[in-house]
Parts: sequence; structure tokens; C-alpha cells
Amino acid sequence: MLEIRDISFSVSDQERDKEKGILEHVSFTLEDNKFVAITGPNGGGKSTLAKIIAGIEKPTEGRIFFDGQDITDWSITDRAKAGISYAFQQPVRFKGVTVFDLINLAAGREISLSGACQYLSEVGLCAKDYINREVNSSLSGGEMKRIEIATVMARGTRLSVFDEPEAGIDLWSFQNLIHVFENMNKERKGSILIISHQERILNTADEILVIAEGKLVKRGSREEVLPGLLQEADGADGCQIWKQGGVK
Amino acid sequence: MDSIQKNLLEAISGLHEIPEGAYNIRTDGKTEARNSTENIEIVPRESGDGITIHIKPGTKNESIHIPVVLSKAGLKETVYNDFYIGDDCDVTIIAGCGIHCGTADDSQHDGIHSFFIGKNSKVKYIEKHYGSGDGSGERIMNPETVMEIGEDSYMEMDTAQIKGVDSTIRKTTAKLAKGAGLKVTERLMTHGNQTAKSVFFVDMNGEDSSTNLISRSVAKDNSYQLFESNINGNAKCSGHSECDAIIVGDAKVSSVPGITANNSDAALIHEAAIGKIAGEQIVKLMTLGLTEEEAEEQIISGFLK
Repeated sequence: MLEIRDISFSVSDQERDKEKGILEHVSFTLEDNKFVAITGPNGGGKSTLAKIIAGIEKPTEGRIFFDGQDITDWSITDRAKAGISYAFQQPVRFKGVTVFDLINLAAGREISLSGACQYLSEVGLCAKDYINREVNSSLSGGEMKRIEIATVMARGTRLSVFDEPEAGIDLWSFQNLIHVFENMNKERKGSILIISHQERILNTADEILVIAEGKLVKRGSREEVLPGLLQEADGADGCQIWKQGGVK
Repeated sequence: MDSIQKNLLEAISGLHEIPEGAYNIRTDGKTEARNSTENIEIVPRESGDGITIHIKPGTKNESIHIPVVLSKAGLKETVYNDFYIGDDCDVTIIAGCGIHCGTADDSQHDGIHSFFIGKNSKVKYIEKHYGSGDGSGERIMNPETVMEIGEDSYMEMDTAQIKGVDSTIRKTTAKLAKGAGLKVTERLMTHGNQTAKSVFFVDMNGEDSSTNLISRSVAKDNSYQLFESNINGNAKCSGHSECDAIIVGDAKVSSVPGITANNSDAALIHEAAIGKIAGEQIVKLMTLGLTEEEAEEQIISGFLK
């Protein structure tokens, strides 16, 4: 179980000579084997929250607990070893490192070629075409996204955090991506926290959290939150929804 | 051979014992073992400073090993190996030099390899350089490769210097005839106060000739590297060079690309990038459970693979 307790994060705004708040007193818990989506406007602090969970950013205030242990001061590596995975919004490219190498590193043990191919097939990539390719700029954005997801699958940890898996991929790849998450939801092997703007991804979630202007403004089951979100999103002034404390 | 020599031999050639096929093993300035085959003749130069290798036309799927091992400190030598490769061949040549230095005296090996390749042949040339020992004497290697690639022939050169060589000046020159191709992959890692210079001169003289130079290097500590390429397109041809370097610590790297089109149908491209390991690469591998040090090691070893 992951508990986010009163997390705030700010950066110094040099132009205005003051601290700029990115997240303000965000608290929630993520139960085991739940599929939870976080949504909300761009710049609201969602990605920062994902990075704080993975240990890439340190919160200015507040604590994070994983299975009852305070992991706030743990390194990225220690959190990864404890069972937290994180899929980058913009996957990182490496010269010389092959897809097979990366999946092997992710698995944390020597896995067979066919084992690695299994993960690629699950994300809809024809394994034999990709397994020996370098994770470099020859791969498209959509291919990188799917390989990124495959690395998280290969880790098989109890918590997987995905930061906008749909960002930057074409429509065709998106359709396939949705299936990947629908399958992940069906064969649940741990908790999933996914940041997304996509209705079809939100539609697979057990729970939806809305973060806007650094605050958790709404939390509830999919049935409670989603219809309101969709209805209001059609309205003229979407900004007001978030500012008024989310969808009522 | 003693155990130091055997270790060097394994590091540069992967050989545990005498290889099959044609070979010439040189240890401490002398020929340790030599074998010619029906198609590949190895003849010592009269001056004693190297060998001449004749490969008969039509020789296919054969390999030649010519490793050099220096384990005596203070030894300095210049060796000439000339390869004459006939038409319609497909051969692999594995060279390499290992220097062990256990004293304060410098050891130096300057190897000049020349390849005269006939028509329609394919040659793969693999070269590894390695230094070991904890003596304060410098391990110096200055390899020079000269290639004359005949019509419709293709040469692939794969060279690596990963560890322990204090000073190296590497010079590679090539002349390409009509339809000839050249691919060079160079991998280099320097550390401590090592210096490495690698200079290429390629003349694409024949129509439809092509060249691809790929250099990947890692410079650590206070080491210095210089990469210089001079690719001349003298006919309708295509040339590409790519120099990527990673800097770790206070190392310095200089990349000097040179491409000259002496013909309006020459298409030449140069790419160069120098920089530290990208922070996000380390972060990504840490999210997979590697420590920062393990991540750095992994990135470098992948880069130099």
C-alpha cells in the first residue's frame, strides 16, 4: 500500500523572487491491487507527483509510506528495489543499449530471449523485429512508449506508475496502447497508478483522482467522477471546473 | 608462452591456445608461432620487422590471426604487416596488440598494417588493443592502417582500445576504387592521464564508392582524445562519419570533422556529439533498480559495445 501524506512541492521562481508551489498538501492512499488514474489540467502537478513517488524529486514537505515504511528519504534505486516502477512520459534513449538489454536490466535477472519477447508481444510489438534493436533515435515515439511499458511489465513490481503513456503517440498506436492497459487491468499483478487525460484509460480505472493547481480536488470511484468530468469537459469554461474544486 | 603473455593474448584475440588456420603470433619482438595454409601464405620480411601475407584469389571463409604481445618492459618496436588479398575473397583478419608493463620503462609497439585488396572481395579486419601491468612505464601503441580497396570490394574494420594504453596515435588511410565500400567502427576508452589521437584520411576515388566511419569513445579522469576525419569525395560517392564521445570527470575531447567534396555528385555527412552521460539515462536505469555507479557502467559498456 502506498500512502501519500500531506505532500507539498515548490520550486524557486527567480523572476518573482519567491517560491512557486507545484503541489500543495496532497494526501491519498493507494490500496493494493487497485487501478487508479490521476487526471487534471496540464501544469497541475501530476507528473511531479509521479516523480516524487519514484524518488526522482524530493517533496518540500510531507511523507511517503510504502507498505508502512517511510520511504521519503529513500533513493530512486532503493524504491525500485522495494517494488516501485515508473514509466517515463518521455522514454529515455540509449546508444548501444538494445531492447533486450533494457528488458533484462528491468527484469533484474538473466531472462531468455523468448522471455523478453513475451513482454514485447504483450505491448503489441513484433518481438523479432525489435529485440536486438538499439533503444536509440531510430525508434519512433510510439515504439519507445511501448518498450517503456514493456520494461515496467518485466519488472513485475507491486506498484507501477505510468506518466501519460498516451502522450506523443499516434492514434493507431493509441488504440493498441489502450488494449495493453485493459489487459493489465484484467490480469492485475499489482497496483497501477496512471496519469492520463484519455477517457478510455480513465474508463478502466477503479478510482479517479483529479489534481488541479497543485491540489487534490476530487477523488472517487470511476462511476462517481468520470461522468461529471466528461460533462464538464464539454462545457465552455473548463478552467472554472478545476478552480472551483473539481467536478461536483 | 608464460601466463602474462597468455593473458594478453586472450584479452586481445580471445585465443586460449594456437588458433586454427593461418596465424602469426609475435611475442616480445620475435615470432612465437606461424602457420600458412593452402590459400594463405605468411612470409617474414627479410628485415625481420614484420610479415607479408598473400591471400590467393577466391579464398573464402578463412581467417588469419596475427596477435602481438609485449610483456618485456622497455621494448620498442615497429612492425610492418602487408596483406595482399586477391580477387573474389571473403576473409577475416584478427589482429591485436597487448602490452604488459611491470616496470618504469616505457614499452612501445608501432604496427603498420597495409591492405591491398583486389576486386570483388570482402575483408573483415578486427583489431584490439590492450595494456596491463602496474609499472609506471608508459604503454604506447601507434597503429597505422593503410587500405587500398579495389573495385567492388568491401572492407570492414572494427577496432577497439578499451583499457590500459597510455598513449596512442592512430592513423587510418584508405583509397577506394569504383564501387568499393569501407566501414570503420572505432571504440576507444581512455582513463587516467592517457591520450589518444585518431586521424582518418579517406579518398573516395571511384564512382559509387562509399564510406562510413563510426567512432564511439569514452574519456575518463584527466584523459584527452582527438578525433579527426578527412573524407574526400573525388567522384560520385557517399560518405558518412559519426563521432560520439562521452566525457566522465575532467577529460577533454576534441572532434574535428573534415569532409571535402571534389565532385558535385559526392554526398558527404558528418555528425559529432560530445557530452556527459545524460542525467535522465542514469535516472531511468536507477528506476530499474541499478545504483548510480551500476547505471553509469552499464551506459558506458553499452555505448562501447
